[in-house]
Amino acid sequence: MAEATKRVTDIGPPHYEKFLPEIIKKNYGTWKYHEVLKPGVMVHVGESGDKLFTVRAAGARLMSIYRIREIADLADKYSGGHLRFTSRHNIEFLLTDSANIEPLIAGLKEIGHPIGGIGNSISSIVHTQGWIHCHSAATDASGVVKAVMDEVFPHFEKMDLPGKLRIALACCLNMCGAVHCSDIAILGVHTRPPKTDFATVNKVCEIPNVVASCPTAAIRPVTADGNRTVEVIEEQCMFCANCFTVCPAMPMNDPDTDGISIWVGGKVSNARTEPQFSKLAIPFLPNNPPRWPEVTSAVSNLVELWAANARPFERMGEWIDRITWPRFFKMAGLEFHPEHIDDFKHAGLTYKRSMHLVR
Amino acid sequence: MAELPATPLLDDLEKGPWPSFVTEIKNAALHKDSCKDLLGQLERSYREKIGHWKHGGIVGVLGYGGGVIGRYSDLPKEFPGIAHFHTLRINQPSGWFYTSKALRDICDLWEEHGSGLTNMHGSTGDIILLGTTTDELEPTFKALTDVGFDIGGSGSDVRTPSCCVGPARCEWACYDTLKVCYQLTMDYQDEIHRPMFPYKFKFKMSGCPNDCVASIARSDMSIIGTWRDDIQQDDAAVKEYADKGLNIQRDVVGNCPGQCMEWDGEKLTIDNDLCRRCMHCINAMPKALAPGKDRGATILLGSKAPIVEGALLSSVLIPFLKIDNEEDFKDLQALVEEIWEVWGEEGKNRERVGEFIQRVGMANFLEAIGLEPVAEMVAHPRENPYVFYNQGDDEEEDK
Ligand code: SF4
Ligand code: SF4
Ligand code: SF4
Ligand code: SF4
Repeated sequence: MAEATKRVTDIGPPHYEKFLPEIIKKNYGTWKYHEVLKPGVMVHVGESGDKLFTVRAAGARLMSIYRIREIADLADKYSGGHLRFTSRHNIEFLLTDSANIEPLIAGLKEIGHPIGGIGNSISSIVHTQGWIHCHSAATDASGVVKAVMDEVFPHFEKMDLPGKLRIALACCLNMCGAVHCSDIAILGVHTRPPKTDFATVNKVCEIPNVVASCPTAAIRPVTADGNRTVEVIEEQCMFCANCFTVCPAMPMNDPDTDGISIWVGGKVSNARTEPQFSKLAIPFLPNNPPRWPEVTSAVSNLVELWAANARPFERMGEWIDRITWPRFFKMAGLEFHPEHIDDFKHAGLTYKRSMHLVR
Repeated sequence: MAELPATPLLDDLEKGPWPSFVTEIKNAALHKDSCKDLLGQLERSYREKIGHWKHGGIVGVLGYGGGVIGRYSDLPKEFPGIAHFHTLRINQPSGWFYTSKALRDICDLWEEHGSGLTNMHGSTGDIILLGTTTDELEPTFKALTDVGFDIGGSGSDVRTPSCCVGPARCEWACYDTLKVCYQLTMDYQDEIHRPMFPYKFKFKMSGCPNDCVASIARSDMSIIGTWRDDIQQDDAAVKEYADKGLNIQRDVVGNCPGQCMEWDGEKLTIDNDLCRRCMHCINAMPKALAPGKDRGATILLGSKAPIVEGALLSSVLIPFLKIDNEEDFKDLQALVEEIWEVWGEEGKNRERVGEFIQRVGMANFLEAIGLEPVAEMVAHPRENPYVFYNQGDDEEEDK
């Protein structure tokens, strides 16, 4: 009969206005101020006097549709079906009736979603796919995040920290989670060169692309057994896995030598100090599933050290800048290794070029 | 219903107060065999400390070059349910606002066509539908468009733009982040769906310098709200904060990077000419201070994660731009397209725009896109005297 219905493409996302509750449409762009009422709950007050209550709950990022339906049920029951997600995988319910706050919180508790993550607290960890769904992962993502959040959980539920603390995790240097400007960054690392599959490189990859992919020019084209292939100058390799990204014949993953590095002191907010990158604190911790005890205790120690010593509002990096890095290493009980000294481009700018040294 | 595989290691991650992804996969595995195999393979990864996914393959939906990530198990015999387990990136609504109905629509189609697992959300901001077979890609896409959603970006294209909650719920938003995000997304559907660039290009919009979506660290073009008149100040409310115990001298004035505030115990004075618009004092006293009324955005360019040539933060391109009306928006788009033209033409394969600028030099880049250099673009002028002096008109004529 009639031809198949026309295939619809390029419609883009739904217009956001469709999803905004009435109170937001009414007060759009005319919010006056907000207040944190208690951990996980805040109110935004409009010029109109209208009040919008937000309840922020932890999300696992990886969620099944069965879970999302339960969350939708709670939204129907308490927030007129209106909710949003934050850039850090939290779930926010948007309420107009403050009487619904406590029942909603109880409902969330019942299905295992604690509330918190607002103000001077630890919010959810931005993270990536890990062993659940990625080929480059030097560690798992969701498992490490779950273990770390269980450990630092009291700081999610309470606002007992000097300032904000943002943790992020990426399971390889591709950094899908762009962790490089976080108070604490947990980064999966490889520590050995690719195990080149000499016989297949030529078949599965463009050799010039593989050679060009290496930031340190460690890869050169060679001929072996009459085959065009590539060779890695191992002393020049810093294990970035860029070659593996462009060529499956350069595998990097290794159960014994892959692990996790910890970086500290980055921020993206402009408040007080300018945005800055995180810096290397711990070059390597082993992969130790399911709970990564070395990683969780390292992160927790850093959090507690900062919490005990930073001034109000001071982020991790601001605190360290004030006390200086040598003092930070001392206080944190961390050893300083050759790996801590940069040797890539512009490394010289990171050398200490003054007499400003503390005791 | 067959039993779930034994997963002693993963089971441990069902304990503790934080929501457990293992519980989620198990829930899905009660309905979906693919998730049973996912559990099995993941347990094996936990035991062996290594992932079991092959390098991604090229799969997609008809007419689209991005938005689907091919994923194949390297143990397809043991775990046939995830032999293909592809991901779809779904363009999220601006500001991640939903209704329960919209979420249910997505759940229903994903129950029919995929694993039932999602990420809310992926790092770039998309809804991630995690795991389906090649055969189900077209039907999923059809079902998505039926409920008004579309696929996002991946590969060397414009990645799905994302923005902070902005004027929808934030008194600090200096421009309409949701609108700009939506408009750019709609105007650049072709660039999102059909990779045509040297590498990826990301947009992120934050309504103020607090930069809640990490725009300055995570987007090739960072559009960050700011203002250019005076901070709005309510003296009575300032006093109230002081009375309630905020140490204004130490914690507000003492932290001001412009050293442009004074507090005499009664009145706060801000020398707005020297205010750097960092947001600190406003964050500390949201009821008393607010960004000025002459609001707009700063356009910054070039941030990225380390791959390939090292991590970069975005740097200032346009110190202040109004984005209130269609005209303003056109100016922004003209700039974007000028940048794409130059980078698209001269950029090397897998070279982000920030790396491109590093390679050719900011001054050359500015000339190519037709923008005058201004002092706001640099942290400080050059320190090294190896200057490529402009040799004047006689050289120009050689063109
Ligand atoms: S960070 Fe690396 S390993 Fe992790 S999901 Fe991204 S590309 Fe994969
Ligand atoms: S891992 Fe990185 S540094 Fe080593 S050979 Fe590959 S691209 Fe070069
Ligand atoms: S970036 Fe600024 S405007 Fe946007 S949500 Fe954050 S604080 Fe509000
Ligand atoms: S916004 Fe920042 S620079 Fe401006 S007055 Fe406030 S604290 Fe000082």
